[in-house]
Amino acid sequence: MTLKTITLTVNDMVETVDVPQNMTLLQMIREKLSLTGTKNGCSAGECGACTVLMNGEPVNSCMVLAAECEGATIVTVEGLAKGGKLSKLQEAIVKAGGVQCGFCTPGMLISATALLNRNPHPTDTEIRSAIVGNLCRCTGYVRIVDGIKMAAK
Amino acid sequence: MANAKSKEQVSPIGADLPRNDVYEKVTGTAVYTDDFQFGNKLLFARAKRSPYPHALIKKIDTSKAEKLPGVKVVVTGKDFPNRIGLYLQDKTIFATDRVRFIGEPVAAVAAISDEVAMKACDLIEVEYEELEAVFDAEFGASDKAPLIHPDLENYVCPNFIFPKAKTNIANHFKIRKGNVSAAWEKCAHIVERSFKVPHIQHVPIETHIAVAQMDEKGKVTVWASSQSPFAQRNLIAHALHISQSDLRVIAPLVGGGFGSKAGVTMEAIPVALATKCKGWPVKFILTREEEFYTNFVRQGLTIHVKVGCDKEGNLLALKNMMYWDGGASTEYGTNVTRAGGYSSSGPYDIPNVETDSICVYTNHPIGGAYRGFGMSELHTGLDQAIDELAEKAGIDKVSFLKRNGVTEGDVLVTGLIMHKNGIQECIDNVAKSLKFNEKEKPSSADRLRGKGIAIMWKAPAMPPNPGSSAWVEMAEDGNVTVGLGGQEIGQGTFTVMAQMAAAALGVPYEKVRIAGPVDTQYSPYEWQTVASRLTWSMGNAVVLAAKDARRQILDVVAEAWKENTEDLDIINGVVVSYKSERETSLENIVIYGMPKDNNEGWMGGPIVGRGSFMPKYVTNLDAETGQGPRAVVHYTVGCEGLDIELDKNTGTIYVLKGAASFDVGKAINPTLVKAQVEGGFAQGLSSAMFEEIKLVKGVMTNPSFVDYRIATAPDMDFPLDTPFVEVPQDDGPWGARGVGEHPMVPTIAALGNAIYDATGIRLTNPPYSAEKIYLAMLDKGIVK
Repeated sequence: MTLKTITLTVNDMVETVDVPQNMTLLQMIREKLSLTGTKNGCSAGECGACTVLMNGEPVNSCMVLAAECEGATIVTVEGLAKGGKLSKLQEAIVKAGGVQCGFCTPGMLISATALLNRNPHPTDTEIRSAIVGNLCRCTGYVRIVDGIKMAAK
Repeated sequence: MANAKSKEQVSPIGADLPRNDVYEKVTGTAVYTDDFQFGNKLLFARAKRSPYPHALIKKIDTSKAEKLPGVKVVVTGKDFPNRIGLYLQDKTIFATDRVRFIGEPVAAVAAISDEVAMKACDLIEVEYEELEAVFDAEFGASDKAPLIHPDLENYVCPNFIFPKAKTNIANHFKIRKGNVSAAWEKCAHIVERSFKVPHIQHVPIETHIAVAQMDEKGKVTVWASSQSPFAQRNLIAHALHISQSDLRVIAPLVGGGFGSKAGVTMEAIPVALATKCKGWPVKFILTREEEFYTNFVRQGLTIHVKVGCDKEGNLLALKNMMYWDGGASTEYGTNVTRAGGYSSSGPYDIPNVETDSICVYTNHPIGGAYRGFGMSELHTGLDQAIDELAEKAGIDKVSFLKRNGVTEGDVLVTGLIMHKNGIQECIDNVAKSLKFNEKEKPSSADRLRGKGIAIMWKAPAMPPNPGSSAWVEMAEDGNVTVGLGGQEIGQGTFTVMAQMAAAALGVPYEKVRIAGPVDTQYSPYEWQTVASRLTWSMGNAVVLAAKDARRQILDVVAEAWKENTEDLDIINGVVVSYKSERETSLENIVIYGMPKDNNEGWMGGPIVGRGSFMPKYVTNLDAETGQGPRAVVHYTVGCEGLDIELDKNTGTIYVLKGAASFDVGKAINPTLVKAQVEGGFAQGLSSAMFEEIKLVKGVMTNPSFVDYRIATAPDMDFPLDTPFVEVPQDDGPWGARGVGEHPMVPTIAALGNAIYDATGIRLTNPPYSAEKIYLAMLDKGIVK
């Protein structure tokens, strides 16, 4: 398979990566950049575990080809805390008790970060609709929504 | 004294302490199995699966696959003939002479990439001769059905499982308590109804994954997303004819289990491959589609309930006929059937009970452990029949449940005497939260409103003697490490164990670490992370280990200070004497001991506490009557209710409020208890409204999140009240008992009862989808 060399920014670092044409952004993040915080739950864009920010928008990274990411700015869960300090949202999710098995957490945090970036004071309904594509089987979403609300205060 | 008192420790028990795995989980640094790096030698595994529900394997030709460049090894069932199983040994790693469900592994490939492995699977040629299949449990149990396991009589199983030779019945559990036929005559009201509960999937967001590697000496290491590293060590070693000590299972954090990652399923496949390519790690991850039907599912249940009461509303008799659709293997499911049998009265005091709980082989996916272990299925039928009976008797539902709920001293279906429990308070909590006896108006003329309530019980379902063990060690800095073998699957057990160790030892919670990942080479034995048993069972082991360490420390200090151990205490990580008011921190002394006076040498040494716990009092039950002194260790009881509206135009359910109350004995961490209850309620509601593995002639027709919908955040947009009750468990740590599974047990029944209250329609076959509700309303003339 022919490789394509792409340059992109991931969590504020400029990276140049050789990627096969059929490699997904998710595979590139996990396998080429060893950022294993982003999870794979379905490889089909249905569960949201692999959500990352691409140019500020949340995307299912399993549905994006890495080769399309030339020049893109990507933020993964590893990019949310700065200098060892958790983001306000991360702090709030911890405080609210919104984490159980943790497998949906990275994607959930990214979707909620995107929401709060574009809408700092969302309603309950807006919060729930922003994470409708992030499946969680452990929490019933109760404390995840509480955490996002807490962060929006 | 003043000194010691001023240091009095705030107890970590009953405190809302933060999870000890949460920082890693919100920063993406928590390590799950697929996050381990295995280097360039890593091979990728794929399975060749059966396209037929029931067929004989005539021939397997792997030659083309073996020749494909990049293929390292191809294996089939002929090299792995040993049958394994947690309860009934009826399963081989690969199908050997026949396939019994669509998706059953027939062969597997390890190759240099996933693509090559998949291509190689396509090149494996299998010749089948199709056989008549069984797709219905009741038919399967009849003598007209073709046999799925003709050798059933030769299978090994423990003496509490009762397979019937030359049938498809893998277990027939019976209860014969009192005299049911005589009791019907005394009943003023009787309800008889049948329910059919479909197969559903656990749906952990992390699909199953296992990586295996065999070294040159033949020792195998497995990294797996697992609820059962020790059970896997035992079963896989048995399948491969190797010693348990030569099989090491390393089990990192689990991205959701719900029972699906208990026992052994796909983990054996990469191990089989690894035995044929020593030195090479082999990784096998299930695709989401494979996750839906090739591994454990929750088995389907057909239940016929007949229940009666006298005119005051006292339950007099119950007859339960249960046919469990066990699927192609019932190695684990036979015990679900057993649990459904010995708990078949639900949390009701009923003097006359007759139950037949029958586990039937079918050509469907394999039924295994699923959060609730038979109880959701059973209660779906029982609690809706009871709801109907209360109405027939003209008694309000809350009073009916309270009148008949089990109390201390009741003789249960198996003869076991019920222990103290808080079911009355649980019912009161839910009734109060939902203003249950107030009829409230719907928000618009287009909607109907209803309230439903249901109670439940569940005992840990397991063999009589599953063990737990733990150790406690300390470092120079006085911090504590707890070794344990139970798994963190999201429920928060590592946090709760750290709280218990801190309290038992006398150190702050923050000073306790859990030795992870669980690794069968270093971690102490734990049977499995199932049955809501860890807080109770592993908790007891951890407390014993911490107390053992504490005693060792105090003995050394007492000797050094020439005082009595009884006068010493450990508070906030400091040893204090109530008598002399001396104190010393734990730092260093827990490793180096303490010097004797006058340069006479040393005493003490590295502290290692040990604890081991196993229930020793559970007895077998009579094969014909299901009677025996002690069927189970204990029951956790609870109640749930829903206040709903139904859209008359669409059948859509809008939940206005939910309430759930469980008797947890003691909430070691109230936030974690509430989080479990919320998550379980959501999973229960999801199964009640949406979930069904749609099987057509053995084919699952909806194996994706698009076609198999689970609850999303907007579906859970309602207040959920979760007050818990604390009636202590006599042998639980601080009185605690488990609550992991229970919150999803009564939810389908509670919703069914609410739908009935709103519409007068009794829906028997979940899921209670909008479509089903709308069509039923149309049928009944509620809408036109």
